[in-house]
This record gives sequence, C-alpha cells and structure tokens, in this order.
Amino acid sequence: MSTELDAIPGIIPTRRDDAMGALEKMVSQGLGWARKYSLFQYPFVTACCGMEYMTLAAARYDLDRFGAALPRFSPRQADLLMVVGTVNCKQAPILRRVWESISEPKWVMAFGVCASSGGFYDNYATVQGIDRIIPVDVYVPGCPPRPEQVLDGIMMLQAKIQGQHHQFTEGRPLPVLGQAPRPR
Amino acid sequence: MSKAVIDALVERFKDPVHGDGVSGAATGPGGDDVAVVTRERLLEVCQFLRDDPGMQFNLAPYITAVDYLGREPRFEVVYNLLSTTRNWRIRLRVQVAEGDAVLPSVCGIWRGANWFERYCFDMYGLTFTGHPDHRRLYMYDEFVGHPLRKDYPLRGRQPLVTELEVPAEQFRGPGPAERSE
Amino acid sequence: MSTEVKEVVKQVAAPRSSELDAPLSSKRMLVNLGPSHPAMHGTARAVVELEGENIASCKLDIGFLHRGFEKSCENVTWTQVFPYTDRLNYVSSIMNNVGFALAVEKLCKLEVPERAQYLRTITSEIHRICDHLTLVGALGLELGAMTVFLYAIEGRDLLWDRLTELCGARLTSNYARIGGVSRDIPEGWSEKTVATLDRVVLIRDEIDALLTRNRIFVDRTRGVGTVSRADALDLGFTGPCLRASGEPYDIRKAAPYLVYDRLDFDIPVGSNGDTFDRYLVRIEEMKQSDRMVRQCLRDMAPGELVVRDFRYVLPPKPEVYGTIEGVMAHFKLIMEGIQVPAGEAYGYTEAANGELGFYLVSDGSGRPYKIGLRAPGWPMLAALPVILQGALLSDLVPVFDSINMIGGEVEQ
Repeated sequence: MSTELDAIPGIIPTRRDDAMGALEKMVSQGLGWARKYSLFQYPFVTACCGMEYMTLAAARYDLDRFGAALPRFSPRQADLLMVVGTVNCKQAPILRRVWESISEPKWVMAFGVCASSGGFYDNYATVQGIDRIIPVDVYVPGCPPRPEQVLDGIMMLQAKIQGQHHQFTEGRPLPVLGQAPRPR
Repeated sequence: MSKAVIDALVERFKDPVHGDGVSGAATGPGGDDVAVVTRERLLEVCQFLRDDPGMQFNLAPYITAVDYLGREPRFEVVYNLLSTTRNWRIRLRVQVAEGDAVLPSVCGIWRGANWFERYCFDMYGLTFTGHPDHRRLYMYDEFVGHPLRKDYPLRGRQPLVTELEVPAEQFRGPGPAERSE
Repeated sequence: MSTEVKEVVKQVAAPRSSELDAPLSSKRMLVNLGPSHPAMHGTARAVVELEGENIASCKLDIGFLHRGFEKSCENVTWTQVFPYTDRLNYVSSIMNNVGFALAVEKLCKLEVPERAQYLRTITSEIHRICDHLTLVGALGLELGAMTVFLYAIEGRDLLWDRLTELCGARLTSNYARIGGVSRDIPEGWSEKTVATLDRVVLIRDEIDALLTRNRIFVDRTRGVGTVSRADALDLGFTGPCLRASGEPYDIRKAAPYLVYDRLDFDIPVGSNGDTFDRYLVRIEEMKQSDRMVRQCLRDMAPGELVVRDFRYVLPPKPEVYGTIEGVMAHFKLIMEGIQVPAGEAYGYTEAANGELGFYLVSDGSGRPYKIGLRAPGWPMLAALPVILQGALLSDLVPVFDSINMIGGEVEQ
C-alpha cells in the first residue's frame, strides 16, 4: 500500500532504508504497521467540522475500519491530535498545551480549512492556520471536508507513518514537557 | 399595534423642563417601531414597559450597540423588546457620546440582559453602571482595545502564543488589502 | 444554598457526644471543565465550585470560538455574508441563511416569489429536523446511550443526502439569496424527499422508543435543570426551551413569515421546564416539521426562484452576455454589492433553537454597516449558572446538552 501511494507526487518519501540494517528495517516496518492501524485520536473539536467528525465516527463512514475508532480524551493516552475546526487566539495556548501533553510518538491532522489556514476568517480573532503554532502532518481542507476526504487524509497519514523510522527504544532521555519533539 | 406603544411612551415621558425623555420615530424604515430614549430616563422607561399592565414587555431578546464613527454622539445602544402576552415588539435607541460612554444597566429589570451588556462592553467599550459582573465576554483579558469599533483594524491580531512567521501576501482572506499584524 | 447543602451544614454544626460520630466536612473544590472537553459541545469552559457532589456555583468562560463574524461581515458585500451566516448555527445552516435574507429583504422592501418561499420553508424545516436529531443523539451519547447517537446520525445523513442534491453541500448550504433562493430542485427530488422522510420517521420512532420511557434516561432528566415560566421569560429564553417551560410563544404562529400562515401545524408546549420536557418538545417538533414539509411539497407550484429585479439579483446569463444592461447590472452587483437602502431593521425568525435575530444597519452602500446577530442559544447559555445552582455535578451534562448550545452562533 505504501509503495503505490509514494508514486503520487506531493507525498514526501520519508523512508531511510539505506541507512538501516535488515533487522532494524523489519522492526521499523512492523512497528509502523502496528502504529498506523491503531491510532488513538484526541478530537480537539471546536466548530462546524465537528459535525463531520461526528459523521465520520458514526456508522456510515466508519472510522473503526481504519483502526482509529477510539477517541481518548486525555492527551497522555492519545497519539493522533485531530484539530477539528477553527482555532482562535484565545484557544491557541490551550491547543499548544494539549499538543505538548501528548506523548511521543504523535501526529497532527489539521481537519478543515480553518485549521489548515484560517479559512475565510482573516480577522483579529482567528489563528491563520494551526501550523503557526504546532507542526502538522496532514492537512485536510474543506469547509467542512466530506467524510471521504478525511478518510483519504487518514490513509495518507497511515502511509506516512509506515514510512517513518520506528524503534522499540530510542536509547535517549525522555522529553521534558514544553520541549519540541525529536525530529524523525 | 406597537405604534400605540410608541405614542403612549412619547406621551408619558414628555418633559417640558428637561427636554423629551422619549422622542418617537414611530415606524422606522425597516417597518419596525422605534423610540429614541435619553440615557437619564432609560431605567424609568424600561421599568414602565415591563411592569405596566397595559404594556407587559416581559422579554428583552436583543440588546446591542452600533458605532457611528464620525457622528456625534458616536455610540448608540439598541434595545429590542418583546411582549409575549400581547405579541408586540418595539425598539429603544439610546445615544451616548464617545467621551462619556456610560449607561445604566437594565439587568435589574431583565436578568437576560446580563451578557448582552458584557458584549457591548467587550466589543465597544461602553460601561454599564450597576452591572453585577462587568467584565469582558469574548476577548481574553490581555486583549487591548475594543474590536468592533470602526477604528479598530480588521486584522489586528494580538496573539497569546508566539506564532510562526509566514510571508503575508500569499494568504489574504476577504477584507481590505492592507494587512496589520 | 440548596436544601441538601443546608442539611449538611446543620449536621456539621450540631452538638455531638464524640468526634467519631461527627460527619466529615469538606472544603469546596474547584473543578475546571473545558474548553477542550468532550461534553462541552466544542468550546466553553465551566469553572465549577463543588460542595461534595453539589454545584455551589458555576462560572462560564466563553470566547474560545469567537471568529469575528460581525467584523468580517462589515468588510464584504451583502451577498458574501451568506457563507458567514452558514457557519453560525452549523447544524441548521439554511435557517441562518433564510433569517438573514429575510432581514435584508425587510430593509429593501422586496417581495419574494412564492416558489422561493416554499423552497425556503421546506429546507428550513428539513434542517430543523437535522438540528433536533443532532441534539437528541448527543443527549443520548453523553448519557451513555451510544445506539441513539448512531441512529440519529444515520437519520441526519439521509436528510443531508437530499440537501446535497439540492444545494451542493451537506452542512454549510449557502442556499438562500437576497430575493429568493439560488437554485431549483432537481428532477424527482420531491418523491425522493418524501421517501427519505419516511425513513427518518422510522428512525425517530426507534429513538423515541429507546429513550422516552427508558428508566435510566427519565431518572437522569426528569426534574433536572428545572426553569419556571417566569424565570425563562426573565432570562430571555426563546424557542423550544421557552416552550418547554410552559410559555407558548412561537414566531411561526405569532408573526408568520414565509408560508407558515398557510400551513397546518401545532406547537408543542411543555409543563415542567426540566430537561426531559426540553427533549420531548424537540421530538414533537420533529413530527410537526415532518408534517410541514409534506404539505409544502404537495402545495408547491412551479414559478420564479428570484425576484426579477436587477438591482438586487444577478440577471440570467443570456442577458448578461446579450444586453448591455445585463452586463452593467452583473458588474455592479459583483463588484460593489447590492445597494441596500440606508436604515436599520431587526429581522427575526424561529430557528431550531429559538429566535434568530439579525439587526442590520445599512448606510446605503454595498457593504453592511453593522450586522448584529441575536443567537438563539445565547440566553440559555448565559442562564446556565442560574439553572445549575445546587444541582449535582453529573446533572451538568444533560442540562448543558438540552440547552443546545451551538458554539458558532453563541460565539459568533
């Protein structure tokens, strides 16, 4: 699955096969497979996109098929932060704090055009895209995006996760709350 | 129907010594019935409208303010009132000047006016004496200024978290071309 | 203080023989719910002071979704305001569009053609059903009835399929225009909608059977969050919450607009003003909306969709490309916006949650001078600290749900 998606232009290949040994590669692919099919989302729901998020979690456009059904409302237990809806300047510190609280490994999805770029609320109150505050892995534009679009985004994220380098232990000290995460 | 209310108000609150407490524009251009009230008689008028058995305006659905920049008096607070028993609606307008933007609060008459007046304070900077909880409603305490005033820039963001710098020209939403960040 | 709290205080202060028999006294605990919280419907922060399990006081902090609706609208043309109004009450967005269009037409003194009025009514009532389904589903979900949530979302999806065929978007429809509606219904849409409504009726009856006589649901909602009739009026309630408290005020009957004076429908009115009544009023209103849509689909006649007035409505494309007046009208409407006559107006409609009001001030140019939004959920949210005085902490969730706070409209 990851090979055919990598052929699409625009997806940045992140595999570092040439730098890894064979056992490391197997472990990384196995862990990547496990992590991508068991995403625990933290739905940071603010606005209208929340309605499409509800539809996504419900029976018709089932998110459970992708292993990402269970929302975890504590950031320490989640690994996918879905920022659903507009984030304004008052909410920004809270978003930053929630993102910092999520334990590694973590990924961020910007759900909707307000989270991706501020939408058409270019005014005194709105943050023009959450990537000004936290790093984002997948952008799903749309106002609101159709559930199929979000599922496409989840599949792209799964391809990205598969291609990243995963290890059982990093052998380095754990990050302190407030520091930027280690780059992959 | 409501025209009768305006006429009754004008009749009752006429004051030859201090000037008219209520002057009527009986049917506004939108087809609504409006009375312009002075700030000093506002509480009296509202109390009369709520308590008088012939009036019974028991609900205050909407209170807001308008900034007429360039006109003196600058601000105007608009009270829309409804009587569910008689099915009448009227509108009261109170004009306040910029340097003296203080009004009595009607929270004692309709408890639902609480957040509307906080909104007027937050967005326009009007003060309401006698308000039980006089603080900002939408904007955070570190925010300086009152956003809905006409001289506040549309894009005057005051971020609480340091944001990444992005070249401005590519991403511009609806509104005037100059960008103030 | 509530009677239970007084009891506790009396016990603590009573004389006793030995310290071992004394009841434990506790300090008040401050609990912060939100703003990123599953039950807070988006973004509201409730800072709750607890005396044991009882809420001694509750303070609400909002503004976490304030998107500057009014300021943004002052900088775009009148027609460009419609997408902004969509995102106010995003569960029933057509009602926001229609409310705004009606307010502007009040200022412009425009008379909308009959077919457009019927279409506006049909889509408004369909979105009202969607709003009530969402509320009932969320109420069930947050009290633990996950099945009800799945059924309600399925019902909503079925209706959104019909609306997608009509407007192009599932949620934020942007359907109404100043002077009418933007497009006509496709072939066979009426029959498909009636079939969809039949399926939604089955879903609604299923939800009704699961919740209305369910012991757990009734125990958690009956007598919880009671608001008396006088209190509801004083606090500014409108809509289903006001009618649940016993005041039979509905704008569709009191000041009919669109085609509501020709339709045959009833208004459900509650008696206790508690959460259970607010839920029941919404179930009944879904039945009435269903009636209304069927009547409209039966009675709607072919006709014009927009007013034939080029000062307010874009001319049809053959005229834009063919005549000089068409080109000029098109250019002026797009570049400058509709020239709404100067003045002010307050247009009010009965949205799913209560009275949706738009207070418009125009200075005669193509951009609004001020758009003041009267959000239907606002007074109910503001009254929450008053309603929750002395309630249990676990009662906060059903009461907050039944109020139907939609962040987009309350925080503009």
